[in-house]
Amino acid sequence: MGPRTVCRKSLLDDVPYTYLVTLVVYDKVITNIPERVARAVPLCYNDATSAMPKRMCYLDYAATTPLNPEVFRAMEPYFAEEFGNPSSLYGLGRRAKLAIEESIKKISDTLNCRPGEIIFTGSATEADNLAVMGAARANRRAGNKIIASAIEHKAVLSACNALRAEGFEIVELPVDKHGLVKIGDLKKYLDKKTILVSVMYANNEIGTVQPIREISEIIRKFRGEPKIKDQGSRTGAVLPFFHSDAVQALQFLDCDVQKLGVDLLTLSGHKVYGPKGVGALYARRGVKISPLNYGGGQQERRRPGTENVPGIVGFGESVRLAKKNRREESARLKKLRDKLEKGIFRNIPRILLTGGKTSRLPNFLNVSILDIEGEALLLYLDEKGIAVSTGSACNSESLEPSHVLTALGLPYEYIHGSIRFTLGHGTTENDIDYVLHELPPLVKKLRSISPVNLNPNERKETSLPKAFVGGQTPHFLRKKKK
Amino acid sequence: MTRATKHRKPDVVNPRTGGTWAYSRTVRDHFFKPRNLLGELPERATYDAEGIVGSPACGDVMRVWLRVDPKTDRIKEFKWRTFGCASAIASTSMLSVMATERGGMKLDRALAVKPQDILKRLGGLPTRKVHCSVLGDKALRAAVNDWFKKTEQYTRIVVEGTRVLDPNTKVTETDIEEAVLEGATTLEAVQQRTKVGVGYPQCLPDVEELIRFYREKYYGPDRA
Repeated sequence: MGPRTVCRKSLLDDVPYTYLVTLVVYDKVITNIPERVARAVPLCYNDATSAMPKRMCYLDYAATTPLNPEVFRAMEPYFAEEFGNPSSLYGLGRRAKLAIEESIKKISDTLNCRPGEIIFTGSATEADNLAVMGAARANRRAGNKIIASAIEHKAVLSACNALRAEGFEIVELPVDKHGLVKIGDLKKYLDKKTILVSVMYANNEIGTVQPIREISEIIRKFRGEPKIKDQGSRTGAVLPFFHSDAVQALQFLDCDVQKLGVDLLTLSGHKVYGPKGVGALYARRGVKISPLNYGGGQQERRRPGTENVPGIVGFGESVRLAKKNRREESARLKKLRDKLEKGIFRNIPRILLTGGKTSRLPNFLNVSILDIEGEALLLYLDEKGIAVSTGSACNSESLEPSHVLTALGLPYEYIHGSIRFTLGHGTTENDIDYVLHELPPLVKKLRSISPVNLNPNERKETSLPKAFVGGQTPHFLRKKKK
Repeated sequence: MTRATKHRKPDVVNPRTGGTWAYSRTVRDHFFKPRNLLGELPERATYDAEGIVGSPACGDVMRVWLRVDPKTDRIKEFKWRTFGCASAIASTSMLSVMATERGGMKLDRALAVKPQDILKRLGGLPTRKVHCSVLGDKALRAAVNDWFKKTEQYTRIVVEGTRVLDPNTKVTETDIEEAVLEGATTLEAVQQRTKVGVGYPQCLPDVEELIRFYREKYYGPDRA
C-alpha cells in the first residue's frame, strides 16, 4: 500500500518543496529521503502564490499519481551506478539490458502476452500515436478507414486528425449518455476498407469502462475468426486491428490481452504510481506498425532510441504492484467513492452525475454542479488544499469544453460546472469527510455570485439552440458532416 | 506596468511566448473576496438600471445593476453577479470598484471603459485567460444605456460604436481592430482575447476578413 495523505505533522512539513527535491537529486547519501519525500510532498505542498502550508487533499489521481517509494527504490541504482547503455555488449550494458528484460517480464505477465510484444515509449501519448498512426500507415494498401470512439483520449483523436490530412477516412463511433459506445453502430461502420478500430478501455474523464471483450468479438466475427479463447494468442494479421487505451484501466481492471482480444494496448507509467516519461504499447505479434521515429535498431526498430532504463524498471515494478494490489485497493476506493458520491448528492442540491453509474472505474466520480463554473470552484477548493479537475472550457488552452462530456450529449451549460474527483492510494476516509465538509459551503458561495439559475428538469438534451443568440447550435456542438 | 505588478510573486512564465500562468495577487483577492456583490435578487424597482451580457452556454454571464444619481450624472451604486471562471469574477468585481470609487464614475466615462482598463487595474491576467474578462465593460454599457432609455435620454444611448459582429458577446469591429493592434493577428489569438464567435460561428468569416484587413493595415501586406 502506498503513502497516505493524512495530515501528518513531521519535521519535513516546514522544509520548502524545492529544497526537498534538491536533496534527492544532489544528495544520494541520505537514502531515507525518497520515501520521506514521497510522503512529504503531498503533505506540505506549497504553490508559488500562497505562503501558508496547508492541508493537502489530492483527489486527481487520474491526472497523475505519486511515485511509489518501492518503485523508486527499484529505479534508484539505474540513474547513476548502473548507467550502462542496454545496447552495449560489456557487463554494464548487459546488466541494463537484463533490467529491461525483467521489467518486460513483469508487464507481459500482467498482460499475459509474449515479451517481444511490448514496445516502450516516452509516454502514453506516444504509444497511442504509434498505435494509430503506425498501424494506419503500415496498412494503407489494405484500406484507409479508421473507426475511433468519440470519447477517445486526445492522443488518439489528434493522431486521427493528422491522418485525415494523409487521406484516411476517420469515423467517429458515438456513445450513449452513459459514455458506452454504441455497439450497433460499430457493426454498421465495419467494412472491407476498415484497418483500425480504437476504443479506450476506461475513459479518463468519466471513468466509463467499455465492454472491450464484446467489441473484440464483433471485430473477430467480422474478420471471420472463431471466438476468443482465453489461452494461446493469435498471430494472424487479418484486418481491422483493434486498439484500446488502457492507461486508466491498468490500475483497476484485468488487462489480460488474450481475454480482451485486443491487438494493440496502450499503457502509462505515471498513472499507476510509476515514473513519468515512460509508456508502453502492446502490439500483438503479426500486427504491422510502421515506426514514428527512425534511428538505431532498438526495440526492433519499432521505437528506436536508447531505452529509458530507470523509467522502464520503475514502470515494470509499478505494473507488478498494480496487479498485486488490484482487488483490495479497488474495493477500498469504491467504498470511499460511494461515500463521497452519496454525501455530495445529499448535501448539494441541483447536481448531476455525468457518465454512467454502473460500468465505471471504482475511483471515479464526475459531477456537474449547475449554475457555477468549474474553474472557479477548482480554485476555491485549491484554497482549501483540495485538488480536483474540471471539464470546463475555462480550464483548457482552447476555448472548447471537454469533448468527452460533449459527446455524452450534455448541454454546454452543464459541462462548465463539471468536477472530476479521482481517488487513489493516499485517499482516506478522513479526506472524504474533509471534502464533504468543505465543498457545500463553497458551492453555496459561488452560487451566490452567479446570476444563472438553470432548471435541471427543463433540458435533458443537448443545449437548446435558443441558449445561443442567433438561434443556432454553436459549431462545437453541431454534428460533423459525414 | 502598474503598482499591482510590482508586488507579484514569481510566476510560471512561458519562455517562448512570455505568457504567464498564475493569477496576480489582485485577481486572487477580488476572486476570493468579491466586492459589491449583489446579495438577494432585487425587486424590479430597487435599482435604476440593469444590464446583462453573455450566456451560460458560452461560459460567461455578467449581470449588472446600477443606481444612478441623476443630478451629478454619476454611478452611485454598482451591484453585480457573474457566472464564470476566476478572471471573469475578479474583473467584474474590479469594474464595480472602478465604477464606484471617488464619488462614482461619470456616465460618459462609464460608456468609454475598455477591457484593457480593467486588466490594467487587475495587474494583468494570464495570457490564456484574457478572453474571460472582456464582457464586464459591455455589461456596464448595457446597464448605462438601460438607464438612458428609462430616463428618456435617447440621444445619449450609445449603440456600440461600430457594427456588432457577435450578438452574443457583443464584440464589435473596433474590438477586432484593437485586438489586432495588440498583436493578435490570427483568428485563434483574437478569439483568445475577445471570445468572438465562440457561441456564434456565423460571424467568423467576417471576423477573419477583418483581421486580415487590419493586419495588412498595421503590419503591412502578408508575405505569401
